[in-house]
Amino acid sequence: MDALDLARWQFGITTVYHFLFVPLTISLAFIVAGFQTAWFRSGDEKYLKLTRFYGELFLINFAMGVVTGIVQEFQFGMNWSDYSRFVGDVFGAPLAIEGLLAFFLESTFLGMWIFGWDKLPKLVHLASIWITAVGTLLSAYFILAANAWMQHPVGYDINPTLHRAELTDIVAVLMNPTVLFAFPHVIAGAFMTGGAFVMGVAMWRMLRRSGPDGAPFRIAAKVGAVALLVGGLAVLGSGDQLGQQIATEQPMKLAAAEGLQTTQTQAPFSVIGIWDLNGHEIFSIKVPAVLSILATHDPNGTVQGIDNLQAQFEAQYGPGNYSPIVPVTFWSFRFMIGAGGLAALAAIWFLWKMRKGGLPSRGAVLIAVVLPLLPLAANSFAWIFTEMGRQPWIVYGEQLTSQGVSPNVSVFEVGLTMIVFTLLYGGLAIVELGLLTKRIRGPLETKEDETTAADLPAPFAY
Amino acid sequence: MLHDVWFLLIAVLWIGYFVLEGFDFGLGILLPFIGRNEGERRQLINAIGPVWDGNEVWLLVAGGATFAAFPNWYATLFSGFYLALFLILVALILRGVAFEYRSKRESASWRMVWDWAIFAGSAIPALLWGVAFANIISGVPIDKDMNYTGTLLTLLNPFGLLGGVVTLTLFLTHGAAYIALKTEGAVRRRANTLLFWIGLVAAVVAVVFLGWLQSKSMVPGSAAVSVLAAICLLSALLANRLKNEGLAFVGTTLTIGLAVVALFLHLYPNVMLSSTDPAFNLTINNASSSHYTLQIMTVVAVIFTPLVLLYQGWTYWVFRRRISAARVPDTSEATTAAAPR
Ligand code: HDD
Ligand code: HEM
Ligand code: HEM
Repeated sequence: MDALDLARWQFGITTVYHFLFVPLTISLAFIVAGFQTAWFRSGDEKYLKLTRFYGELFLINFAMGVVTGIVQEFQFGMNWSDYSRFVGDVFGAPLAIEGLLAFFLESTFLGMWIFGWDKLPKLVHLASIWITAVGTLLSAYFILAANAWMQHPVGYDINPTLHRAELTDIVAVLMNPTVLFAFPHVIAGAFMTGGAFVMGVAMWRMLRRSGPDGAPFRIAAKVGAVALLVGGLAVLGSGDQLGQQIATEQPMKLAAAEGLQTTQTQAPFSVIGIWDLNGHEIFSIKVPAVLSILATHDPNGTVQGIDNLQAQFEAQYGPGNYSPIVPVTFWSFRFMIGAGGLAALAAIWFLWKMRKGGLPSRGAVLIAVVLPLLPLAANSFAWIFTEMGRQPWIVYGEQLTSQGVSPNVSVFEVGLTMIVFTLLYGGLAIVELGLLTKRIRGPLETKEDETTAADLPAPFAY
Repeated sequence: MLHDVWFLLIAVLWIGYFVLEGFDFGLGILLPFIGRNEGERRQLINAIGPVWDGNEVWLLVAGGATFAAFPNWYATLFSGFYLALFLILVALILRGVAFEYRSKRESASWRMVWDWAIFAGSAIPALLWGVAFANIISGVPIDKDMNYTGTLLTLLNPFGLLGGVVTLTLFLTHGAAYIALKTEGAVRRRANTLLFWIGLVAAVVAVVFLGWLQSKSMVPGSAAVSVLAAICLLSALLANRLKNEGLAFVGTTLTIGLAVVALFLHLYPNVMLSSTDPAFNLTINNASSSHYTLQIMTVVAVIFTPLVLLYQGWTYWVFRRRISAARVPDTSEATTAAAPR
């Protein structure tokens, strides 16, 4: 392995890991804010209990989101310095704006929320969790705008003397069609993740600790199931739009997602398939015309194939291999859709079962408990698809990944940091899971009630 | 013109970062020594609880803004100081989760592990940021393609290490001043005593460092500000003797702010010096973004930086009361830890 491969692995590992926590943070912020609003408006104790219970789970998760994000912020400079020099003029702006607009908002108001239970007026305290939630959306938007620019660069010129991309239109970068479609898709995926999590925890509690816990958790289970289902529908709609977008802007990614070698009308969609190492198909089961519909909304639509695109790219950029690793894109695309679709179907089933009340069966709870793994997996596969499907480009059509890596960072350095980050992240995953489980098993109520005198500690103090 | 504005803004972000996270770091390092029992340690941690994450964002924004305004600076610095930065990142990761997780289990050994994570996670960056900045201003091997050609050991030269000791001791002093201002009882007393002695050490090291720097190359503006910084530090120590904790904290705050100003004045108009050949220096011109990008970023910064200062200031106001050990949840009813029934 050379430093380039290691840097790619390191980016993949740390980013996918960061994105395990991100969707939970985004959706739980809103769900907890929703519970607190319900308590604020109704004064009903059970909403307060839910706010605090899921609030603690949210905080345990948030901490991991923050610390893994710090690595992301500096990794561009550390491992991808030539990339940073090439794109900084364009790409740096959304990243810096994200920090200034979103991270300050999130971190400051979350601090207010954690420690402000007894110090802030109720309405201001409620506002602070909503502001945190909005902060997570802003953060997602700007970082996705940065990512969208790598997928589909817009609003820039290449400066031939300085060999770099220069921003010419910030509005174009922030309104990139790719981010306009990707943002709702990612947020919907986040709500699927948080919805499944809230529901899974609630179902488990209903089975293990019926009695006084029953009523609040029945509400939580429904909220979770609805979030999962609505998220599922939104993911479908926005994913369809995103598919059209990559069909026009990154046809190679779409062709690779299907393993489509030659340009076709009525292009079929393979449900499963086997490829040899060069990406040539050995066997697959196909549904006719579905790929054409996905890409163009027309069964007779033309979808370009890998071989044709390869020839086009060679004519435009010179010799080289311009196709991503077909089996990886093919499978990750299907796992994204499959895992997410299955989770959404499960939500319908649970909502149906819950309509009458009563305790969930053991089997149902077992399914609910493992269910969050599906949207989590869908998210990871989706990023692997999006990012690996863009290869060999780091900035589509402008810079190859191999040209972006830091020239002066050695195999030893990337290797060492990759190993340490992986071990550290692995260890922290165990700690985090342990704490989540501990809290999930613990009592619903925290010891103080909301009438604590000003001198007593806030319920979430460290 | 805009290059200068952005050089200034980057300096402002680092001032914000070192002034704010400076006392977090100081407090984190002092935690195992000033906090003698569980109650006192929680008292200390809760004194920065609401604000430490917001303080850390100053670093993230300094990084992001450098990326946007001076891409070559960002690229050279972070790929060059690779292992040093890596150590800082690992430290910040451990420290961040430690704050959040240490009280979530009621086991003494669990808490001890996280307390040491807070200690190391604060001490390592406090030292390494100084090493990094000392090297930025004194020069490191950088080739004609703006790439750093040294190793981690290149950075650990005497001048760099002395810079590290300066930030370490300054942050300790600043942290002690913060503890003295924000707590009550035994912890406050200990912090006040420590403040004076660490402050004296910091003053001596800082004077040697700044003298050495000016003797390497004299920059009158920077030298003048250094003298001011030293005066502020001594005034802080005087205020400490006079038992004026507010003034002492203002003093250490100004000391750190002015020290950063002195460093940036010394650097200007370069952003990183090449010891290989001065022709390879990174400057505000050859490292910066295009005019258009700087314009956009200026508009964004002018609108949002005051807003951030406003609401961060407000959090300090909301949590202005001193924290007493009695007001920290005691171990037996550690609510967040949710004792099993
Ligand atoms: C779609 C959403 C999304 C995506 C794709 C990313 N992040 Fe993220 N990030 C968030 C959404 C988010 C968040 C929801 O805002 C987090 C998660 C937990 C948290 O604390 O905030 C966060 C935290 C977070 C932090 C810590 C902020 C703090 O201290 O409060 C940093 C520095 C980054 N991220 C940086 C990045 C970078 C450089 C990414 C690209 C490689 C990235 N994130 C991908
Ligand atoms: C929105 C934030 C981003 C997310 C969530 C994300 C996610 C991912 C994922 C899942 C992978 C696949 C890892 C693999 O299997 O190799 C990946 C790879 C990669 N990403 Fe991104 N990415 C993001 C932004 C960026 C940015 C801004 C860069 C710029 C440097 C980047 C550069 C890379 C590189 C170089 C790889 C390795 C390519 C490969 O090995 O296939 N990504 N990223
Ligand atoms: C149900 C059918 C789905 C379709 C048709 C679909 C379609 C797509 C497409 C075409 C992309 C690639 C976009 C690109 O390369 O720019 C994508 C990316 C992505 N998908 Fe899906 N998806 C589906 C389900 C899901 C589910 C269930 C989740 C998660 C729970 C999910 C999460 C994501 C994420 C995180 C990305 C990367 C974001 C980005 O491209 O910027 N998707 N999806």
